[in-house]
Amino acid sequence: MKTQKSAAPELTRRSFLKTTSTLAAAASFSPGVFAAHDDTLKVALIGCGGRGTGACSQALSTAGPLKLVAMGDVFKDRLDNSYNELKTNHADRVDVAEENKFIGFDAYQHAIAMADVVILTTPPGFRPSHFEEAVRQGKNIFMEKPVAVDGPGIRKVLALAEEAKKKNLKVAVGLQRHHQKPYIETIQRLHDGAIGDIVAMRAYWNNPGVWVHPRKDLEEKLGRAPTEMEYQIYNWYYFVWLCGDHIVEQHIHNLDVINWVKKGHPIKAWGMGGRQVRRGIDNGEIFDHHCVEFEYPDGSRLSSQCRHQPGCWDSVSEHVQGTKGLCDVSGYKIKGENAWSFSGDEGKDPYQQEHDDLFAAIRNDTPYFETLEYGAYSTMTAIFGRMATYCGKEINWDECFNSEMDTFPKVLAWDADTPTKPNAEGRYPIPIPGKTKSF
Amino acid sequence: MRSLKCCSLGALASGFVFVGAVAAKSVDFVKDVEPIFELNCVSCHNPEHAEENGKYRIDTKEEAFKPHKKDQRILPGHPDDSEVYYQLVLPLSDESHMPPSKLNKTPLTKEQCEVIRQWIAEGAQWPEGLTLKTIMKVEFVRDVEPILEHGGPLKDEAKATLRLWLSQGASWPAEVSFPSAKAAAGAAAAGPIDFARDVAPIFAHGGPLTDTARSTLSKWVEEGAVWPAGVKLGPAKGGAQAKQKDLAEQLHRIIVGTCKEQTEADMKAYTNTIPGTSVNYAMVPIPPGEFVMGSPDTEPKRNADEGPQHRVKIEPFWMEQCEVTWDEYELFMYKEDETATPADATSNYTSAVADAVTRPTKPYVEMSFGMGKDGYPAISMTQHGANIYCQWLSAKTGHFYRLPTEAEWEYACRAGTTTAYFFGDDPAQLGQYAWFADNSDFKYQKVGKKKPNPWGLYDIIGNVDQWTLDQYDPNYYKQFTETVTEPWNKAVKPYPHVVRGGSWQDDADKLRSACRRGSGPAWKKQDPQLPKSIWFLTDAQFVGFRIIRPLKIPSAEEMYNYWHSGVEKD
Repeated sequence: MKTQKSAAPELTRRSFLKTTSTLAAAASFSPGVFAAHDDTLKVALIGCGGRGTGACSQALSTAGPLKLVAMGDVFKDRLDNSYNELKTNHADRVDVAEENKFIGFDAYQHAIAMADVVILTTPPGFRPSHFEEAVRQGKNIFMEKPVAVDGPGIRKVLALAEEAKKKNLKVAVGLQRHHQKPYIETIQRLHDGAIGDIVAMRAYWNNPGVWVHPRKDLEEKLGRAPTEMEYQIYNWYYFVWLCGDHIVEQHIHNLDVINWVKKGHPIKAWGMGGRQVRRGIDNGEIFDHHCVEFEYPDGSRLSSQCRHQPGCWDSVSEHVQGTKGLCDVSGYKIKGENAWSFSGDEGKDPYQQEHDDLFAAIRNDTPYFETLEYGAYSTMTAIFGRMATYCGKEINWDECFNSEMDTFPKVLAWDADTPTKPNAEGRYPIPIPGKTKSF
Repeated sequence: MRSLKCCSLGALASGFVFVGAVAAKSVDFVKDVEPIFELNCVSCHNPEHAEENGKYRIDTKEEAFKPHKKDQRILPGHPDDSEVYYQLVLPLSDESHMPPSKLNKTPLTKEQCEVIRQWIAEGAQWPEGLTLKTIMKVEFVRDVEPILEHGGPLKDEAKATLRLWLSQGASWPAEVSFPSAKAAAGAAAAGPIDFARDVAPIFAHGGPLTDTARSTLSKWVEEGAVWPAGVKLGPAKGGAQAKQKDLAEQLHRIIVGTCKEQTEADMKAYTNTIPGTSVNYAMVPIPPGEFVMGSPDTEPKRNADEGPQHRVKIEPFWMEQCEVTWDEYELFMYKEDETATPADATSNYTSAVADAVTRPTKPYVEMSFGMGKDGYPAISMTQHGANIYCQWLSAKTGHFYRLPTEAEWEYACRAGTTTAYFFGDDPAQLGQYAWFADNSDFKYQKVGKKKPNPWGLYDIIGNVDQWTLDQYDPNYYKQFTETVTEPWNKAVKPYPHVVRGGSWQDDADKLRSACRRGSGPAWKKQDPQLPKSIWFLTDAQFVGFRIIRPLKIPSAEEMYNYWHSGVEKD
């Protein structure tokens, strides 16, 4: 190692963090550098499933010194598996002592307390309360989409997002298309008027469906009958208070793209939906298809479909029509007088890029408020859609946004009441369009 | 390169210095450095792969110390001026970072970087004549489970594997344990690690390991990994391997009972309905024979890995007439599809065994990427997914199916021809036979719409690339000097595996009979989960497969080896 050229100047944390990430990264590998000024960012992971572990891995792959110091989950085996994966992939960046692996409904509070940056990747129903704690404790945040599952949740998140902005916290939401080069370039062209005024939109997430975690598997694992709360959290995709239904959990991505293109959210919605194919004993209470028409303030409409039925026409895509042409947004193609299609380097994996961008903002202290900018509104758009298909009536944004229907349990405990309960056969009440009150 | 180097020096100039970082004892090449190079560097920087990896080898002293243009790879005494060191500590986002983060390689730990730094600082001693080997990442199921099942006393190689496994984090799947190890536990005196008291309970508990268990195992291995002779743990409970071997034996019995064809003369083309469904697939017989594999130097756009040409002998088999479609593959992916149509009571329906075959986890994203399903080829499955499909179909039908080897694939594709394509050498005719970049409209097309090859195989080139069983090795052909029978380069690592045939994305030259392609981690780089799926490739919309059925029924163990030919976990 070369000798130093001058005496080390006294660096403040801020001035260090403002040096380029290249410098920070190069320095990060030199042991002892931070003896005087430890600028290692401490990370906590709350929600240790496959996606949480992936998100944490991406966070740990960003430039600059950082360490995973705490983890939280309600299931110990989830946490242990996640820890092992992360330890294998990032041996020198994982430093989670046994006592910092928190299990239980209050795990998040302890884990958040130990970190500078928290990764919130539990089932979405928990997001508002976890976000609240992270903002209260003044932490930087990566939270997966969706950020809530109902009206009270979304209002809480928006109020907290304002507070986070005041506190200068950096908040990222896992809508990674906003960090995907070809999407950014395509939508920039639309905003620059490539197809004129956008008058009609389509969005789809039609695929065969996602995982199911059967009650009998959990029973085998536990060696006893699970409590209803255990089962619902274990098989969370199929319960509205945890997941929001697949229109919220998954289709949000496509609705978000349309909001991005339209620079706003819809104000009216009409929808239909139901469950025809996915009606198994472990398929809870959610629908297997939703079809919604949304109206934006300028009168243009979005036709949206999402479906979880195997063997049908599948598509995950967004398309818009303008006064001067068409755009396959997800295909990065424009037809019309300004015909264009994306070519060249598609950039980094967007899941990595969204973490690179967040951590760069934290280290360089630049504003980062993805919840306020689009995360909360895109989540609400998807909730709005579910409200439309569940009730079957014409509905307005304001009444839904201000809905007092709180889906979250009053008490969180393994033996506590769940918001929905199975009948003697193990089946749950299903929303009935025309009768169900959905907001 | 220069400017990046300046960056890292710039960091030093800004006042970042080592504070007490130099370890007290000096670095030993064999003990400290060699394992790091062997595990992290030599697998690419070796004589076979140097060409595509910066023309640099690190397996011998002479090669490792060769200068790179004006820069020094290793400049004894000056780690900061040695590429081999400073490329380790560049930011991960840097193109030149080693091991390449863009290929998802795990960066070295701070401690490992420090070992390399110190080694160079201390003069970079490398014992004369010492050649480094490639060391693979240790996989629990493939490498560790068999050692534990075998029991003590341990051989030196087994100890080395355990040591390496521990150094790599000692991952142990949650469901695997050795409850029988409890029997081995008994009282023992305090002091050094005792197998019965300290180690057996860890095996009995199973994975995942706690940090305490890891450190106990590390101590045990460092103390010599003493394992009393005669103490056997038996097969692991929940051990994936033991379960799969049992299944292969059951299937072997069923298949032997089902198969009627004895000789080549009995082999006829047939169409089969997947039992319990209305989905058909067709198989055509491929005669036995000999052919010249690879292409001559004179073939236009020929790649170096296609030679030298060598003679290969192939046994008879049936090959699927078309690429496997979504109609077929989704029956395997989604169990509910399979039961959606009434079972055919007359068919040989081995549903119980088929149910024991592992199924893919459901993908979160839509895997046809909007290109269509009915009649279209299935894509984006890993080689493991394609392998297990073959196992599932074998269980459903009572016939043994597997992927072709690379040699079988080329033999079937050529169908007796020696030209660049099975129809001749003129790419202008390609459009009659295949979907490729010029006519595919940027997507795959329905199978069986173009002219077949002389043996009746449709889309054997183009439309989608097809998985083979082989590990891709650009130099694999070099070893063959005389006729070789049924060659198969068995996989020892997850990447690369060979795909053949070219796809809708490719230009004409990639559809030549001899053209080879290897898979890579980039094929699932956008999988947002960890661990990444062992079933689906988020970034390979050009990969599918077709199945074969050899006339000769292999043994149960061979069946297991075919169906688990890959290394599913990265």
